[in-house]
Amino acid sequence: MKNEGRSTTPVAANMNRPDTVSGSKGLEQAVKLIFEVGTPRRTGIDLPEPKGRASRLGSHERKGEIGLPGLSEPETMRHYVRLSQKNYAIDLGIYPLGSCTMKHNPRLNEKVARMPGFADVHPLQPISTVQGALELMEQLSHWLMTLCNMPAVALTPKAGAHGELCGMMAIRARLDADGQSQRRRVLVPESAHGTNPATAVQCGFTVDEIPASGDGRVNLDALREKLKESDDVAGIMLTNPNTCGLFERDIVEIADLIHGAGGYFYCDGANFNALVGRVRPGDLGVDAMHINLHKTFSTPHGGGGPGSGPTVLSDALKDFAPLPFVVRDGESLKLVEHEGEGAEASFGRMCAFHGQMGMYTRALTYMMSHGSDGLKQATEDAVLNANYIQASLSDVMTVAFEGTCMHEALFDDRFLKDTGVETLDFAKAMIDEGYHPMTMYFPLVVHGAMLIEPTESESKGELDRFILSLRSLVERAKSGDAESFKQAPVYAPMRRLDETRAARNPILRWTPPTGEAEAAE
Amino acid sequence: MRYLPLNENDRAAMLDVIGAESIDDLFQDVPEKARLKTLVDLPKHQSEQAIERHMAKLSAKSVSAGSVPFFCGAGAYKHHIPTTVDHLIQRSEFLTAYTPYQPEISQGTLQALFEFQTQVALLTGMDVANASMYDGSTACAEAVVMAKRVTRKSKAILAPGLHPHYAAATQTLASTLDIQIDERDCRPGRDDHVIDHITDETACVVVQSPNVFGEIIDLAPIAEKAHKHKALLIAVFTEPVALGAIKSPGEQGADIVVGEGQGLGVGLNFGGPHVGLFACTKKLVRQMPGRLCGETVDANGERGFVLTLSTREQHIRREKATSNICTNSGLCCLAFTIHMSLLGDAGLKRLAALNHEAACHLADIIDGIDGAEVMNETFFNEFTVKLNKPAAEVVEALAEKGVLGGVPVSRLTEGNEDLLLVCVTETASEDDIHAFETALKEVLS
Repeated sequence: MKNEGRSTTPVAANMNRPDTVSGSKGLEQAVKLIFEVGTPRRTGIDLPEPKGRASRLGSHERKGEIGLPGLSEPETMRHYVRLSQKNYAIDLGIYPLGSCTMKHNPRLNEKVARMPGFADVHPLQPISTVQGALELMEQLSHWLMTLCNMPAVALTPKAGAHGELCGMMAIRARLDADGQSQRRRVLVPESAHGTNPATAVQCGFTVDEIPASGDGRVNLDALREKLKESDDVAGIMLTNPNTCGLFERDIVEIADLIHGAGGYFYCDGANFNALVGRVRPGDLGVDAMHINLHKTFSTPHGGGGPGSGPTVLSDALKDFAPLPFVVRDGESLKLVEHEGEGAEASFGRMCAFHGQMGMYTRALTYMMSHGSDGLKQATEDAVLNANYIQASLSDVMTVAFEGTCMHEALFDDRFLKDTGVETLDFAKAMIDEGYHPMTMYFPLVVHGAMLIEPTESESKGELDRFILSLRSLVERAKSGDAESFKQAPVYAPMRRLDETRAARNPILRWTPPTGEAEAAE
Repeated sequence: MRYLPLNENDRAAMLDVIGAESIDDLFQDVPEKARLKTLVDLPKHQSEQAIERHMAKLSAKSVSAGSVPFFCGAGAYKHHIPTTVDHLIQRSEFLTAYTPYQPEISQGTLQALFEFQTQVALLTGMDVANASMYDGSTACAEAVVMAKRVTRKSKAILAPGLHPHYAAATQTLASTLDIQIDERDCRPGRDDHVIDHITDETACVVVQSPNVFGEIIDLAPIAEKAHKHKALLIAVFTEPVALGAIKSPGEQGADIVVGEGQGLGVGLNFGGPHVGLFACTKKLVRQMPGRLCGETVDANGERGFVLTLSTREQHIRREKATSNICTNSGLCCLAFTIHMSLLGDAGLKRLAALNHEAACHLADIIDGIDGAEVMNETFFNEFTVKLNKPAAEVVEALAEKGVLGGVPVSRLTEGNEDLLLVCVTETASEDDIHAFETALKEVLS
């Protein structure tokens, strides 16, 4: 390289970042919509010419243009790679979204999920040709039941909220079978995730909120009060550790109270990653709990799914499990797909086919990689990392509840009082520091909540850098520089987006510019 | 353990900062009797190599679709997925991102969703589509619940040709919400007679086309009758490629369209994950379940995308939400949208034509075999065959001969033992079709 005669020292730069003709800014590539790149007449896939045989479509043939643009393969590749570069990801840095559990996603899991005996198998092939797939489901079930100390697991639910539906439907079916159909009231702590009350209602229950006590946990006295008249109580939906990142100390007593009142205990397992290998839900009196394979067992979040929500069930509920399920028949395995095959009490089917096989393979691969020892260590490291963050920031930020936390640390916005900076601004400033913000404004029981879940995947060095960034942000906020927070982010691919405008005048699809539409007509 | 960065020195130093003596101090809120004293009774950690070996062995115990002549459909379809699709969805920035709640650093996911929503709207002929549901069956169930919200009526009619799993998933959700489902008898036919059951009390009529038996249904007269009685037509499809060949439900007057998108971009996966498509008319959009992505601008006036209309959703509305759904099928809808971008109009239509042509060819062959009769008047790439033997026995016998020769109707719903659903796509070669013909002749003779 010839550098002679040239200065290699950057000149004091023009920080205004002037506009460019292309719209790109160095590695930050401008990207149009596919509708502005492709045309309906182009295609990126080579297919043979149809032979023109007689049609059996009757009078139903689709005529005219659909309007779907086609892109050549290089255009497609470039479009989506450019798009991908506008995303933050766990593979780029710490992703401390509380309650979401953004941990490392091992690529071995991806490799295994793509093995032909799992990925390229049809759900309705003859049972004799899918024994390996069924065996994987049996092994996964064994791991989940053992970790939970529960006698049954329904694998089919397709995500956490679907698992909630599964558990609550099983409870409803059991109540109906016992002639207890008047039991339709479900107790839900006010700190619960929004899916809990939404699920209860979707199962035809009514929701009765239990207030939190001063230490962020269920208020036992309030619960006792709610249970005084208990003929209509179906059960409780409780997250443990709860959404404040705290273990419900009185959980066994809560379970006893609910059972004593004739109801059932649904545990939201979103935070099971704080318990694996150290605490088994079955030992706490739980009747049903979904497990988010995409949180606790590291199947990738994929920008919002797919998830998977296998639901463990107690002896009281297991006969009501949804169809289908795997049973062992001597040497081989079979699927029970209809009520008449020995599933008379089942509450029915929740979806087509057998659930999220692609997530089962990844989750089992993850669990076997860790083993009983590694799973326990992962749990401990997750809790250790969260407490380290809480301890390292407690002098400058305000911890919502005193004492140690479990896998996530909850702060409120008292430390921002009178600074003019709000939780949202603080979060956006974290983006400029190169971090994905924590969960904000949840749980609702804490003002301006900031819920930080580092997971076990972060090294001490990474945590120290993160802590240093947050401390410097707090210092800046307290120094009276609210304006820079209001401007943030300035280093992201986009500045703050106008969400009000999006909701007021929803544009939910691309439409051709008016001139173009007229020209086409 | 290879996934855990902390070492013993780190842990000790961190405990020191926290002021805890040991890790047990951090679990002190757990009731004494619920604390595990030993490791759970499961194997200890294993190397990559050991696990790969274990899993490869398990994988080899199943017969994969690509390894044999393959003719199964009934809600899950084998199409060739371009290599580009699987490469792109494995990019870290897509694979390991969360739901795009911070739009400034999630434009990749958001723009892809906006493009996906537009493609689904175009494909179905509807005004708007959401950012996906778990799968086609759960989308169908949610559509029926939505119809109750929209019409404030609670009777739903399910056409006889609705996939039995879709009907069952709908029945399950409806049962707890005081929605009455009109009794249905799953059997082959044209489904036209659902028209006679529509009354003023009907909230919605749910019709699949092509239906589970492969028959293509004329939706327009059903829509017309439904609208006369202020009921909604919910149109269902399980094979997205079909919409490259047959009229869209939108142009026939559907109010809500739900379907399975797996056929484009997503593998069979033994039934999941798949991707539910959900589209409707503009005026119903605020009653829709699931996430929606919308266009807006940033502080510099640049076009960008955000999740929007979230006041419908559980994290804002809690018990008043339109659904409890939270997770969608993110990565699968990315796969769908990439495959669709590669195809475009021209590619999709050609792919559909190739599928239809192969099915016509195979139907003619099967019709010529003694003991087998194709029952359909119309079909796209799947049709129903009446056999002289129970279909479940026939497919087992075919499997022994190395052919995966379709799905017995009895697998989906009890009864109809002599009916076999046969599907053929562009992935079947002439040799595959010949192998199927030979094996079926032997089994039926």
